[in-house]
Amino acid sequence: MGKKAVIEGSMAIAIAVKQARPHVISAYPITPQTHIMEFLADFVANGELKTEYLRVDSEFSAASVAQGAVAAGSRAYTASASQGLLLMTEVLYNVAGMRLPMVLTGVNRSVGTPVNIQPDHQDTVLFRDTGMIQLYVEDAQEAYDAHVQAFRIAEDRDVLLPVLVCVDGWTISHTFEPVEVEEQEKIDAFLPPYKPLYHLDPKKPYTFGSISIDKDLMEFRYLHEEAIQGAKAKIEAIAREFEKTFGRYYGGLTQSYKTEDADIVFVAMGSIIGTLKEAVDELRAQGKKVGVLKVRSYRPFPVEEIRAALANAKVACVIDRAISIGFGAGPLTIDTQAALYGPNAPQVLPFYAGLGGKDVELKHVAEMVAKAEKAAAGEAVSAEPEYVNINWNLVS
Amino acid sequence: MRLNAGAVCAGGGSYVNKTGHWRTFIPRVDTDKCNGCGICYTYCPDSSIEIVEKTAQIDYDYCKGCGVCAHECPREAIAMEEERK
Repeated sequence: MGKKAVIEGSMAIAIAVKQARPHVISAYPITPQTHIMEFLADFVANGELKTEYLRVDSEFSAASVAQGAVAAGSRAYTASASQGLLLMTEVLYNVAGMRLPMVLTGVNRSVGTPVNIQPDHQDTVLFRDTGMIQLYVEDAQEAYDAHVQAFRIAEDRDVLLPVLVCVDGWTISHTFEPVEVEEQEKIDAFLPPYKPLYHLDPKKPYTFGSISIDKDLMEFRYLHEEAIQGAKAKIEAIAREFEKTFGRYYGGLTQSYKTEDADIVFVAMGSIIGTLKEAVDELRAQGKKVGVLKVRSYRPFPVEEIRAALANAKVACVIDRAISIGFGAGPLTIDTQAALYGPNAPQVLPFYAGLGGKDVELKHVAEMVAKAEKAAAGEAVSAEPEYVNINWNLVS
Repeated sequence: MRLNAGAVCAGGGSYVNKTGHWRTFIPRVDTDKCNGCGICYTYCPDSSIEIVEKTAQIDYDYCKGCGVCAHECPREAIAMEEERK
């Protein structure tokens, strides 16, 4: 049994990273990621963690240092948020393309302009097409657990991809919750040291990410796609192994909550899942058949799992905490609609909620359900996305 | 042959990929003017110049024809000519 303590979400992540024994940590501060790196710095200062802790000059350098470290055969970690993650973009495409199993935390925060430090998913969904794995967590405990799993997934010989663990800023990163922290020996047994397939060594030189022109660039993309599709089974298997070892399971790619007989199913990611589960319990007590499908892995996208979970639903309410400006729906809606496309698909109702940290209360969930009930009863409702809790006075 | 994940290849890859055919202009060394000072060798971004017996010698397998050597040569001993293939 691990030890249960009431700790901050950032601390839960820092402990998980410490227990993963990374050789290199590169740190550059940005709100709301900073606490993770501060806690890790404390661990280094008080001797709890032996690692090369590097304070760099930008997020571009933070990602580059971790990239070089993984290429040299070490386990490396970094984290950022919002604009900081955006500055890592060019590096992270390379990390993914070089198939370097780096783990980084994206502490979700909206992207400027306007400047905002509150949570939504506008920053991490940007990485949709990089070829990184993206996991979204619901609370501090899952954040701890997902980081331990992330190194296993990333370093799996059949995967070899960076994993971006997405954690809603403040709601998870700065909130104190009871978290079960496992014993180091058990983590060591679950997460053995990283054994690279190739690594940089002057005695046996390699080129990583060498030039590939028209004759084989497409073939490299094929292998990358093959690897991330193959990662679906690994993410599930590692989540199950984690359950066997530590007794906690959140689903592999998705988690279904009361969806079996549900007419209306919410599809969402991140900390909003907690609110939705509570709302579903209340609405169930009123006799409404509603459920929640948590998308845990945004990339690889769980196409089959979503189809299966929504096979008997009449309406899918997809909640986006990001907006694809110019399309008319959020990224999760677009992907879910594409996954569901076909004659037997449930009706999809898109919602923007929690953009820039805007509150989503139980009453808002009830409003979404009221709209979905009309659609489920065959009434014509608008398929345009709803801006949940919008202040119309400010836009009219 | 399956490609290596991450486009990882053994060292020495830049020897295999000869880049000389990228040239549109080719540097020609006037051996009478050249005194082998080595400024072109220092500036060449592709490490394609060697000084052999006090004269600049260009490795046309890898020289991309950028012209930096001709620009930097204080004795104007290197001329850029249009590449004819």
